[in-house]
Amino acid sequence: MTLLEGLRSTPAPLPAPVPIWHVEVTGEEWLAAARSVVAAGGRLVALWGSAADGLSVAAAYVIHAGLIWVELPLPASAPVYPDLASIFPAAGRMQRATADLLGICASGSVDQRPWFRHGAWPADYLPLHPGAGACEAGESIDYPFVKVAGDGVHEIPVGPVHAGIIEPGHFRFSVVGEKVLRLEERLGYTHKGIERRFTQLPPLEAHRLAGRISGDSTVAYAFAYCMALESACGCAIPERAAWLRALLLELERVANHLGDLGALGNDAGLAFGLAQFSRLREEWLRRLGEDFGHRLLMDRIVPGGVAADLDGPAAARLARHCDSLEREVRALRDIYEGHAGLQDRFIAAGRVTPALAGRLGLTGLAGRASGHAIDLRCDHPWPPYDRLAPGMATHRNGDVAARVTVRFEETQESLRLIREILGSLPNSALRREPQLPRGKTRGLGWMEGWRGEVLVALELEDGAIRRCHCHDPSWQNWPVLEHAVIGNIVPDFPLINKSFNLSYSGHDL
Amino acid sequence: MLRILKRIAQTGIRTEPAPPRADLPHEESLRIHRELLAILGDALTIRQVDAGSCNGCELEIHAVNNPYYNLEGLGIRFVASPRHADMLLVTGPVSRHMAEALRRVYAATPEPKLVVAVGDCGCDGGIFGEGYASCGRVANVIPVDFEIPGCPPPPLEIMRGILTLLRSKA
Ligand code: SF4
Repeated sequence: MTLLEGLRSTPAPLPAPVPIWHVEVTGEEWLAAARSVVAAGGRLVALWGSAADGLSVAAAYVIHAGLIWVELPLPASAPVYPDLASIFPAAGRMQRATADLLGICASGSVDQRPWFRHGAWPADYLPLHPGAGACEAGESIDYPFVKVAGDGVHEIPVGPVHAGIIEPGHFRFSVVGEKVLRLEERLGYTHKGIERRFTQLPPLEAHRLAGRISGDSTVAYAFAYCMALESACGCAIPERAAWLRALLLELERVANHLGDLGALGNDAGLAFGLAQFSRLREEWLRRLGEDFGHRLLMDRIVPGGVAADLDGPAAARLARHCDSLEREVRALRDIYEGHAGLQDRFIAAGRVTPALAGRLGLTGLAGRASGHAIDLRCDHPWPPYDRLAPGMATHRNGDVAARVTVRFEETQESLRLIREILGSLPNSALRREPQLPRGKTRGLGWMEGWRGEVLVALELEDGAIRRCHCHDPSWQNWPVLEHAVIGNIVPDFPLINKSFNLSYSGHDL
Repeated sequence: MLRILKRIAQTGIRTEPAPPRADLPHEESLRIHRELLAILGDALTIRQVDAGSCNGCELEIHAVNNPYYNLEGLGIRFVASPRHADMLLVTGPVSRHMAEALRRVYAATPEPKLVVAVGDCGCDGGIFGEGYASCGRVANVIPVDFEIPGCPPPPLEIMRGILTLLRSKA
C-alpha cells in the first residue's frame, strides 16, 4: 500500500515512538502530495525551509497513518517552489516567514508581504543561511494593512504593547459602531532569532532553548525536541523516563487550563473565577516546584530521558492533590455552568463552525471545540498512552463556551491520567544519553501540548545542529481568530482572544 | 450567588504576609513599604512590558496578583498605560522589533521612571543572547534601576525585588 498517492519515491520511516516518515520529492510531486493529503482528509502541520544541505523547502502533513515529512530540494539559483496556500490557507504565513528567513519563495502565492521581517534586518540579509554573520538593523517597514472602506467604517489599531500583562502583537480592527468587520493581525514582534540560535548550541544542551520557545509549553517543546534528537540518534529512552515525560506533559496541561479558566471567568466579569482558579493554579505550581524543582517544569525533560523523579511518598502526595483539585474544579464547573451572566457572555461568542475550522485548519484544543477530533495522544498513542486510553474532549459549537467546556473536560481527564501514571510508574533508569552520530541525520518530534500539536524538525551533521525548525499550533489558529471575531463587538475581543490563548513567542521564534 | 458565597467562605483568606527582605525582619519591611508608598503617592503603579520574552516570566508576574501574594493588597497595582505608571517591569531579551516600542513606553513614563528588568533574559539576554533579531538585556535599550534574575523568577522573588528597589530609592 502506498502511503501517499502521487509519490514516486518511497517514504522512509524515522525511528520514533509515533509513526513518522521522511521523503524527498520533485516539484510535481510536491503539489501532487499536497493534493492527495487533502483527498485523504489529512492536514498540514508545518511548512519551513532549510539551508542545511543546499536549499530545500519542507512540509509536514498528517494523514491517517501518521506524519509525513516531505522535502523538496531547490536550486540555489532559483529557490522557488509551488505555492501551498491555495490548498492549505494556514501555509500562507509560514511561506512568508520562510521567505524572510531564507529567501525561499512560493511562486504564485497571493500574499507576498514580509511576515517576520519588520526591519530588524535588511531585505538582502538571510538570517538562516549558514554564512549569515552579524548585521545592522534594516529600514523599518511600513506594513501595508488591508484597508476596509465604507460608510462609518473606522480603524482601531491596538499594540504592539497591550494594556495587560500579555505578549506583544498588533491588531488592526475595522469597525462599524461596536461591531468588528475585520481584524488583521501583525505578529513577529518577539522574533528573537531562536532558530539561528539553535545552530550555535550543542545538540545535547539545546533542549533548554526548546523549552524557552513558549514558556507556557516548556514541557511540550522540550519533549518534542528530545524526541527529534533521539530519533536522529536512534536512541530509545528508558521506560520510567517515558512514563515521567507523559506525567510532566499532563501536569503542564492542568496548570495552563487552570490559569485559562480563571482568566476566562474574569474577562466575562466574574472576578470570583479568577480568584479561585489562580489560587488552585498557585497551589498546583507550588506542588510542582516542590516535587520537581521548577514551578513551570523547565529543563525536566532532557535528551535521553528526564531529570526528575518521584519517590513513593511524593507520588502519593501528588495523587492526593489531584483528588482534592478534582473536587474543587467540579464545584467551580457547576458554578460556571449555572451562572447566567457568565454563560450569556460565553455562548455564541467568537464562534468558529466545524466547516470553517476544517477549511482553515484550526487545530489543538480550539479545533476540538469546533468538532475536530484530533489529539495525538488518542490518534497514535505511544507509551505510556497506549496503556492509559486517554479520552478526547470534543464539542461542536466552536464558541467561547465550547472552548471553556473542553478545558474543563481535559483538566478532569488529565487528573485521571496523572493518577494512573503515578500508580503504575515502572522501575528503570531515568536517562540513557544519546550518542551523536557522525555524518548527516535527521529526526522529528511531534507532541500534543496543551494548546495543540508542537513539532520540531532537526537536522544534524557531525555532532552539530544544522537546522532546527520548531512549529507552534498558534500558526494555524491565529488566522482563525481573525475570522472568529467578525460580527462580534470590540469589547468581547479580549474574551474571545483569551479563549484561544495563542502564543506570540512560540509563533514569532 | 449563594453557591459562590459559600465557596468564598470555605476558601477563606489565603493571602500570606508580604515577603521579608532577606536581611530584614518582616515588620521592618512593611514599615519601609508604607514609607515608600507615602513618597510615591498613595499607591505604586506598575506598567509591565514584554519586550520579547518567552512568556514564562509573564506567567509568574501574573501570579503575584493571585490570592497568595495579593500584590494589589499592598497598594501596588498594574496599570494599562505607561503615563499612569511609576515603575516599568520589563521582561525578555529585547527583540529588535520591540526596541522602539520599549523606548517609547519609557519616554511616556513620568518621573521617577523606575525600571526593573525581570528574568535572566532581561538581566543579561539569557539563553537567547544578542543576535540579528535580539538586543539582549533590557539595559542595552533603556536605563535599568534594578534586576531580578531567575528563569523565570518565582513570584516571591519578583515581589522581593520590587520592595528592595523601592527601599533603595527612599
Ligand atoms: S528569563 Fe526564562 S522565563 Fe523569562 S523570558 Fe527568559 S527564558 Fe523565558
